[in-house]
Amino acid sequence: MARVLIENITKSYGETEVLHGINTDIQEGEFIVIVGPSGCGKSTLLRMIAGLEEISSGTISIDDRVVNNLEPKDRDIAMVFQNYALYPHMTVFKNMAYGLQLRKFSRKDIKKRVDQAAKLLQLEELLDRKPRQLSGGQRQRVAMGRCIVREPKVFLFDEPLSNLDAKLRVQMRLELRKLHRRLKVTSIYVTHDQVEAMTLGDRLVVINAGYAEQIGTPLDLYEKPATLFVAGFLGSPAMNFIKAQISADGKQARLSDSVQIPLHTGSADCGGKEVTLGIRPEHFSLTEQGHSTLPLTVDHAEFHGADTIIYGRLPGNDELLTARLPHIHHISQDKVLHLTAAPEHIHLFDPASGKRI
Amino acid sequence: MIENRPLATWFSHAILILGVAVVAFPIWITFVGASHDAIRMTQVPLPLLPGDQFFINLKAAFVDGVGNAKEQSVGIMMFNSLIMAMMIAVGKIIISLLSAFAIVYFRFPLRMVFFWMIFVTLMLPVEVRILPTFEVVANLGMLNNYWGLTVPLIASATATFMFRQVFLTVPDELLEAARIDGAGPMRFFKDILLPVSRTNIAALFVILFIYGWNQYLWPLLITTDKSMYTIVMGIKQMLEAAEEAPEWHLIMMTTLLAMIPPVLVVIGMQKLFIKGLTETEK
Ligand SMILES: Nc1ncnc2c1ncn2[C@@H]1O[C@H](COP(=O)(O)OP(=O)(O)OP(=O)(O)O)[C@@H](O)[C@H]1O
Ligand SMILES: [Mg+2]
Repeated sequence: MARVLIENITKSYGETEVLHGINTDIQEGEFIVIVGPSGCGKSTLLRMIAGLEEISSGTISIDDRVVNNLEPKDRDIAMVFQNYALYPHMTVFKNMAYGLQLRKFSRKDIKKRVDQAAKLLQLEELLDRKPRQLSGGQRQRVAMGRCIVREPKVFLFDEPLSNLDAKLRVQMRLELRKLHRRLKVTSIYVTHDQVEAMTLGDRLVVINAGYAEQIGTPLDLYEKPATLFVAGFLGSPAMNFIKAQISADGKQARLSDSVQIPLHTGSADCGGKEVTLGIRPEHFSLTEQGHSTLPLTVDHAEFHGADTIIYGRLPGNDELLTARLPHIHHISQDKVLHLTAAPEHIHLFDPASGKRI
Repeated sequence: MIENRPLATWFSHAILILGVAVVAFPIWITFVGASHDAIRMTQVPLPLLPGDQFFINLKAAFVDGVGNAKEQSVGIMMFNSLIMAMMIAVGKIIISLLSAFAIVYFRFPLRMVFFWMIFVTLMLPVEVRILPTFEVVANLGMLNNYWGLTVPLIASATATFMFRQVFLTVPDELLEAARIDGAGPMRFFKDILLPVSRTNIAALFVILFIYGWNQYLWPLLITTDKSMYTIVMGIKQMLEAAEEAPEWHLIMMTTLLAMIPPVLVVIGMQKLFIKGLTETEK
């Protein structure tokens, strides 16, 4: 268990800077998820914490000790790789024992720790197998076991579930969560999957193009996304963005000549401005036609069992909006639905900077 | 193809048997030749069935000696060949493993210069640089010993390249996992890289052993002392009997014996060898 402090970390490959000053304070025992689209620099950040990648500037400290110039083995971390990186010629037991052997643990201690980890991960039956004789999920667990036996201060995960099929991924996600609750080791977890991020993380760090866009609990990020990027990245289906003009008194947003919707009263200081409204699909509800409803011309609908996703357009706007309505609705094309969204669920963003207003 | 057509089966077997016969016929003739006496081997037509002299010839090869003055023991020549082939195979493998390891895993100054220097030697096999190499070996006083026989043949780039390719296919994460587990470079080399490339090493060993065993030109140059002759040289020299007719029965016996070690190596390593040539999973 340890506190990990990341201060002003940048990373450059030659001339190009791929991380531009990341700051995070990871508390003891916290499960932090670093999430972002492909190529945003998540792995790079994780690998710098691991010591596999040099730090261009800034400092990383683990328990108040700056580790910038320490070898990976001296940082007291353990890492699970995307492709697991199990040693192909060693048995499961040896794979887990190798790090302990190199650290000169006694044979007895090694056996004890490996057996313990194997029990925790239900690998007891498989200790004599080679990695190639294991299924994907089992390999994944061995990779976890290799980390656990070392009892490190920090666990690092680089997309450890992305090679598994959907069902197994959900199951392993749950097991990871349980494992963390039990071991309470500070964990840093990289993924591009927002569902994984929301369900696993105590807090998330959303990275976009090398910048940390927002850091906070899943709920924070969902309810108060700090930027357009975060708003669009988290949540599925993604948030709808609609251009609008705020009325002078800040109480109404004008989407087009005929469509106006009421806003939360906290938005007075942006009167008269052009903004981007953000409304999550699940925050729309059906209503009777009225003054402040959104008339949506249906394009098509998808049935997801518990709910129905409706795609449609507002008058004078060519972009498809998404609405997620509970229950099954049989809606034919070109029908007009009237939707409302509660004012507190309408987010305002500055279209130029992308920042939340 | 899983088809049940008797004619096709019959035909394909016939072709296979014919192929085996073509390959095996010279070996059969060698065996037959080795089992007759000198006189029978000078008469035409040559025998096609084995005679009764096999063990007498075998004794001649090992105990009485072969060659013009009957002073050469096949045993000693085979021993020399074995040492030479082993030194070449093992030496080459060790040197190329280490140099490939350095080139793939270390960033040292002039790395690419060394890489290309090794590459250039690909174009200079022993036969091309034979005179300067001889000069060097002679000046180092390595004529007529095992070092002189093997060192110039050990230095070559092919194996280095092969191992470089093998190492490049080893995923980086394996190195990184080992680093996090606490392995230094040589530990990684010994504990991970060598076992992971073991089938490739076996395949290369087979190839290099046969390459070393079959060396002819270089041993011919470097050895003048009869006690250092290799078997391949010995056979060639027996063919060049000055006055008398070549002793075919002994030549055939020696040839037969000379085939045994490479065959044993191939059989012994066959499983690994085939895996090394076909396996891709790392
Ligand atoms: N060795 C390198 N040399 C140059 N650029 C690199 C190198 N490694 C990574 N990059 C660049 O750094 C950026 C971040 O890479 P990184 O691997 O951290 O992405 P990622 O967020 O992990 O993406 P993914 O989800 O696809 O794994 C990418 O734009 C990539 O092109
Ligand atoms: Mg990555």
